[in-house]
Amino acid sequence: MDKNKTLKDYEVQIRECVKCGACQAHCPVYLENRREGDVARGKIALAAALLDKTGVLEKRLRQDISMCLMCGSCVNTCPNSVPTDKIVGAIRREITDNRGLSLLGRGVSTVIGHKPLMKAAIKTGAALSPLLLKEIPASSGLRLRFPVPLMKDRSLPVIPAKNLFDLFPEFIRGDGDKPTVGFFAGCSISFIYPEIGASMIRLLQKMGYSVFLPGSQKCCGIPALSSGDGRLVEKLAEDNVRSFQKYDIEHIITCCASCNGGVREYYSTMKADYGDFTGKVIDFNLFLAEQGFIEEMAELPKWQARTRVTYHDPCHLKTQGITKEPRALLRALPNVEFVEMEGASSCCGLGGTFSVYHYEISKAIGARKIAGLKESGAEMIATACPGCIMQLQDVINHAGLQVKAVHILDLISEALGLTEE
Amino acid sequence: MMEKKIIRSLRDIVGKENVYTENSDRITHSYDATQKSYLPDVVVYAHSAEQVSEVVKIADSLSIPLLPRGAGSGFTGGTLPVQGGIVLVLTRMNRILSIDTDNLIAVVEPGVVTSELQREVEKLGLFYPPDPASKDFCTLGGNVAECAGGPRCVKYGVTKDYILGLQVVTASGEIIRTGGKTLKNVVGYDLTKLFVGSEGTLGIVTEIVLKLLPKPEAKKTMLVQFETIDGAARAVADIIRAKIIPTTLEFLDAATIGCIRDISPIPLPDECRALLIIEVDGDSDVIEKQAARILDIIRPLGVLDTRIAETDAESEEIWEVRRKVSPSLRKVNPDKFNEDIVVPRSKVPDMITALEHLSEKYDVPIVNFGHAGDGNIHVNVMVDLAEDGMQEKVDMVMKEIFHAAVALEGSISGEHGIGISKMDYLGMEIDNSTLDYMRRIKRALDPNNTLNPGKIFESDVSG
Ligand SMILES: Cc1cc2nc3c(=O)[nH]c(=O)nc-3n(C[C@H](O)[C@H](O)[C@H](O)COP(=O)(O)OP(=O)(O)OC[C@H]3O[C@@H](n4cnc5c(N)ncnc54)[C@H](O)[C@@H]3O)c2cc1C
Ligand code: SF4
Ligand code: SF4
Repeated sequence: MDKNKTLKDYEVQIRECVKCGACQAHCPVYLENRREGDVARGKIALAAALLDKTGVLEKRLRQDISMCLMCGSCVNTCPNSVPTDKIVGAIRREITDNRGLSLLGRGVSTVIGHKPLMKAAIKTGAALSPLLLKEIPASSGLRLRFPVPLMKDRSLPVIPAKNLFDLFPEFIRGDGDKPTVGFFAGCSISFIYPEIGASMIRLLQKMGYSVFLPGSQKCCGIPALSSGDGRLVEKLAEDNVRSFQKYDIEHIITCCASCNGGVREYYSTMKADYGDFTGKVIDFNLFLAEQGFIEEMAELPKWQARTRVTYHDPCHLKTQGITKEPRALLRALPNVEFVEMEGASSCCGLGGTFSVYHYEISKAIGARKIAGLKESGAEMIATACPGCIMQLQDVINHAGLQVKAVHILDLISEALGLTEE
Repeated sequence: MMEKKIIRSLRDIVGKENVYTENSDRITHSYDATQKSYLPDVVVYAHSAEQVSEVVKIADSLSIPLLPRGAGSGFTGGTLPVQGGIVLVLTRMNRILSIDTDNLIAVVEPGVVTSELQREVEKLGLFYPPDPASKDFCTLGGNVAECAGGPRCVKYGVTKDYILGLQVVTASGEIIRTGGKTLKNVVGYDLTKLFVGSEGTLGIVTEIVLKLLPKPEAKKTMLVQFETIDGAARAVADIIRAKIIPTTLEFLDAATIGCIRDISPIPLPDECRALLIIEVDGDSDVIEKQAARILDIIRPLGVLDTRIAETDAESEEIWEVRRKVSPSLRKVNPDKFNEDIVVPRSKVPDMITALEHLSEKYDVPIVNFGHAGDGNIHVNVMVDLAEDGMQEKVDMVMKEIFHAAVALEGSISGEHGIGISKMDYLGMEIDNSTLDYMRRIKRALDPNNTLNPGKIFESDVSG
């Protein structure tokens, strides 16, 4: 029962590429490498060659196809909206189907199945080992994204002892009589940044909503999608749909942009119809904007000592056109002095599993953000995706800047004193 | 495939990591914006003039075709390896070497993207005017090779008006310099002009000295709706006659307006049969006066509505109307044949009339828009090639369009060059002795026909 779309399913869209080259202006990987094989147009040419059987899954093709963050920047600006990110996903699935999970390269499966590597992993430090060892479910994308110790130089956050599911029960009653909303937390928030999830839950509670946080929810599937593991994506999708069926809810809230994109991706990368589930999924920025929360915040008296904060657009929100709401929210917060930065919408470079294989390029792409960040004079860079936070902090640390990467919810939590409860 | 020995020498020059020989590499360097595709034998990425020179020497000594390539956004197949050979990519030679604010000059490598240079000079209060619609991704080397132009051409001219000097690798691999860093320079032949627009057939540009201007203080954008195309055309003529040179004068004909009516951010009623987007720039007080005069001039010409942008956002909204055009043409028919003919400014209405006749005669939709200020019309013949005999029909229409342009003392290409796409029509515009003179230049400068063979001239120029 393969529900994933194949390359053939994208044939019409592949043929719609008119080879104009406009994607060169927007592809983060191309802007770093300036090589045609790295840009959307090159990948579409390869996809067409595979369909025409003039191309084969040779080494260079696999390399070129691995050079994609699946960020969707090219799709938004393509005159014909050719979905290169999805097409790359389909090719990666063909590659893994043909060669097993070898595209994962020295990814997780290798680490886990390899004794010496495993030992090295443990030696690298207790802070990192839980990622590989116990706390995190075997199917979690985190294992695909951060197969330490293969990324020696990367600064990773310390893994907290308690994850989100340790902190909260499955059903959290609200302070008012608003309906129940679902909360799709995602791996990064559940296991690495549970305090962001806690802020989300407390905020919803304070607003009067009861929150349903099913313990059986799984990884959204983005890392698996990005590494071409179609079967895993399919399994995760089914599990997630089932997890949220218990209550009759209208909204399932996310505060991880990747999860939001990932879950909505089920729509388009699979032939099965998950519309009932994905239609409910909503990014917290949009949800809060719809609830009039931004206006409420704007009415609060501004603090005397405000933090200068800029914003980074996570690709998975940007491509859905969610760019105004997060900024409006930040502008409205009493503890924030918002400043725009040049290059706010350029990708941080993390890109699913991209940074595992191409850490140096991933870092270089991220480093393109530094000049604008410096110029803005911001003390913090806020965003709406934990993946971006991790990558941005890594890039900032390497550049020796004193800027902190935070989640918008951290700032909301500070403004409303949500942590003190 | 190329001999191992040659590949090895190429690797010695640019390094192993810059020579690409796999099937996939050949596929990803086989096309440009014409959507035609020819496989090269090998792809080489160069990082310096010296590397380019060494690669050219190998190609020339072994008579291997050598194709310089920028962003591959060309519309006439200039960078396509029609005879195989080496595609030499210059996108990684993308350093801005200097921006001289005292002399208003920039020196750049050929792989710098046009809008990247524009952004950098604008930070310093300077201005590089040429603005092809592809400016966000095409390279300055490609602009020089095609002498690219854009809407600002009315007031500011095209690429050739901003090139003061070049470093060029010749077909035999010598590195020469043309022109210099001064605005005046009459020492020897003006080789700079010879290379600008030579489509990579005479030499490979490895460094460019560009002229810059001070950045205009402000601009004002207007969108004017007309009852007839004649009204719009008269407006263009009358504005120029009043000695006002706007930065841009873009027009959209009735067929184009029909394509975007549903999606235009600004309402366009059915009576609107032509549209002008007029932009003026300069000192704020001057452009206020110019805008007022323009409105006085065009008022009697069947104007339905005028919108003047007061803010940047409103100006963007007007340009959004223009940007909606290209993506919406497919609504008419799936296949687009796009030509960029140019006629003297005053002949634009005659050309539009001729196009309307051709559209009727052959029963194919022809959608026209473009740069009314300089007579450059983007003609789009929209068809469905799946229909029987359509390709032949298109070929006939194209030929007649070019004839009409030349008959009005115009030209078959204003911006995109000849390459392979317009080779067949060169003789329509250029007489035999002139063509022969050009061929002799090519033969003298590239006796082995190494650089970009099979382009511009229909018959082989080798030997
Ligand atoms: C959507 C779109 C809009 C466009 N709009 C315009 C427009 O408004 N105005 C306009 O004029 N053009 C336009 N073009 C055409 C194209 O962008 C220009 O011709 C541009 O100058 C090509 O630059 P490139 O870097 O892509 O060159 P390429 O396509 O890579 O090459 C073009 C030619 O230049 C040669 N060449 C490239 N670099 C060098 C070098 N360093 N030395 C010697 N020869 C070299 C190549 O051999 C080839 O013959 C448009 C194209 C697209 C796809
Ligand atoms: S922008 Fe879209 S149509 Fe143009 S080359 Fe890229 S993928 Fe193809
Ligand atoms: S999805 Fe992102 S990385 Fe991939 S080709 Fe498009 S712009 Fe480039």
